Amino acid sequence: MANRAQIRTSNSALIAMIADEDTVVGFLLAGVGNVDLRRKTNYLIVDSKTTVKQIEDAFKEFIAREDIAVVLISQYVANMIRFLVDSYNKPVPAILEIPSKDHPYDPAHDSVLSRVKYLFSTESVASGRR
Amino acid sequence: MSGQSQRLNVVPTVTMLGVMKARLVGATRGHALLKKKSDALTVQFRQILKKIVSTKESMGDIMKTSSFALTEAKYVAGENIKHIVLENVQNASLKVRSRQENVAGVKLPKFEYFTEGETKNDLTGLARGGQQVQQCRAAYVKAIEVLVELASLQTSFLTLDEAIKTTNRRVNALENVVKPRLENTISYIKGELDELEREDFFRLKKIQGYKKREIERQLAAAKQQAEDQFAEKVSLQKGVSINSAHNLLSAAMEKDEDIIF
Repeated sequence: MANRAQIRTSNSALIAMIADEDTVVGFLLAGVGNVDLRRKTNYLIVDSKTTVKQIEDAFKEFIAREDIAVVLISQYVANMIRFLVDSYNKPVPAILEIPSKDHPYDPAHDSVLSRVKYLFSTESVASGRR
Repeated sequence: MSGQSQRLNVVPTVTMLGVMKARLVGATRGHALLKKKSDALTVQFRQILKKIVSTKESMGDIMKTSSFALTEAKYVAGENIKHIVLENVQNASLKVRSRQENVAGVKLPKFEYFTEGETKNDLTGLARGGQQVQQCRAAYVKAIEVLVELASLQTSFLTLDEAIKTTNRRVNALENVVKPRLENTISYIKGELDELEREDFFRLKKIQGYKKREIERQLAAAKQQAEDQFAEKVSLQKGVSINSAHNLLSAAMEKDEDIIF
């Protein structure tokens, strides 16, 4: 099992965010935000001026960083870079799609939840047959 | 399937048969163990699936509550609390710790959040609305709690999914490729050994028959000789050589001038 990604055990890891301003502010208030020595933040505020390229870069940076264990991403932002989110298949960091204030949450778009739903239905069918 | 008639390329010997049998036993045991592992993982997987679905649904509510709390805080403390918060980001006080959990030999990551250091509220809500800000903070911490749980569930889900796939692939490979191949090899070696045995047996039979005939022949020859010797002895005692005794008759057969009739 050489190709399986090694799960890192760390004593402290960060939670990264890509979301709209209000959500980010709320989580920052909870104490999630971190700014390192090079003034790099672990969050990206997406507003009307943010380009898809910026979101892509931020996403790629977050999933490559060693000290990030969870990446929270607003669902409408995730929809913008859906191809990246769907092609991501590593266990750590975990990508979580969260609902945002002005975009209702749609479970059908969530890459993991759609797989869960799919497996759930097939599993229940399969278990019913057994 | 093409793997059905396949067998390993081995020399058909008794040693090899033993080796193959040992390997078959090993493969059978491995197959049983892997099957058990796969079952255990599937049980775990189903539990996680159920939990993920319920947690995802509760996440919506929690996020709604926390957004509402933020709106409240904004209303009371003024719109520029946003900027104060954004300005005051330094080090994360709320972090995630990850540890591993072992389920049937598969390492599943489990996250748990913890607060480190003091919660900073230097300037937030200094003038007014401190309570709302605190409530908002509490709501978001709660949201983080749910989200972190969801993250560990989701990670376990992905890892388990992968592990189950690999395990099932191995189970199937053992069941459909390795075991038939070993069985074919064993039956091939057995057949080959049987044939050798039959050949050997036949050869032994053949040799035995040959030896028997040889002995009989020798026995007959010895008997003949003994008889001859005995006759010789008798005739010698009588004073006539057996040869001459014979000759008596044979000589009689010859033409004798003295005999008129």
